[in-house]
Amino acid sequence: MSTAIIPYTVEIRPDTGLNNVKIGIWLFLASEVMLFGALFASYILLRIGAPSWPEQSAILNVPLATLNTAVLISSSVTMVMAWASLVRGQLGRFKLYMGGTVLLGLVFLVVKYFEYSHKFHVGNFPSTSTFLAIYFTLTGLHGLHVLGGMVVNAWYVWPGSKMWRIDRQQFTNRVETAGLFWHFVDLVWIFLFPVLYLL
Amino acid sequence: MSGERHDVGPAGGHEIDIDRHVRVYIIVFVSLMALTLITVAVSYLNLPVAAGVALALLIATVKGGLVACYFMHLISEKKLIFVVMAFTVLFFFFVLLLPTMTDLDRVGR
Repeated sequence: MSTAIIPYTVEIRPDTGLNNVKIGIWLFLASEVMLFGALFASYILLRIGAPSWPEQSAILNVPLATLNTAVLISSSVTMVMAWASLVRGQLGRFKLYMGGTVLLGLVFLVVKYFEYSHKFHVGNFPSTSTFLAIYFTLTGLHGLHVLGGMVVNAWYVWPGSKMWRIDRQQFTNRVETAGLFWHFVDLVWIFLFPVLYLL
Repeated sequence: MSGERHDVGPAGGHEIDIDRHVRVYIIVFVSLMALTLITVAVSYLNLPVAAGVALALLIATVKGGLVACYFMHLISEKKLIFVVMAFTVLFFFFVLLLPTMTDLDRVGR
């Protein structure tokens, strides 16, 4: 018996060919594209309109950011493996992979903390230059998204995983949905890294 | 109650050949790591600005495409999702291009 009271939470809606959750998360991601897209566009306009622009790679820590890129990519793999484990009916494996995803997210934020604190230590604040202002805005907003994703993912490890006993399909779909958000966060960083650190 | 449904598979249709999907995930992971190293290596080449920017964004687009197509299952997703994202990309280019076009005398300075 279904515990869902909203129709097409798991069942496919005949006119769209999708369940409502899938459409909902993609619409939300579309709004997130506009949010980060607007900030990327701001970066481009600020840079091309500025009389001078600092050497970004001289101010920022490229090796640490490269490590963070590898960390987030790995977390995307563990995220999708967590979902695949549910498809295979392996709750234990799911908890392992999802726990790994949360841990890698934590590693990312810890590295970010070291990056930020070093910048503050040498006197590089958002108010120091236009570049640092947009750098802290973009990476700060991205970091908040990482944190939010981590909270949701951690909830799915426990206590959210109790839904596995009630409705396996709905729980698997929820994890896939959380995964879509997490992959988007990774995708944003894939563009942030070269734009802010390498160009 | 286990809540088994009859109108959709255990995972919304994705249960078909999950082993093949997992093999693809591993290949994509290795590709993403390699492309990350290539991105960093290219940044040390001291290319002309336009070429450097174009190459960096091209590699990032390929990486983003791999994440979207395979991790986010976009390559096997329904048309409606593509339409939603296509509109989003269109709007983003408007957001980017319209202010740039009003300030063209500054571009390239």
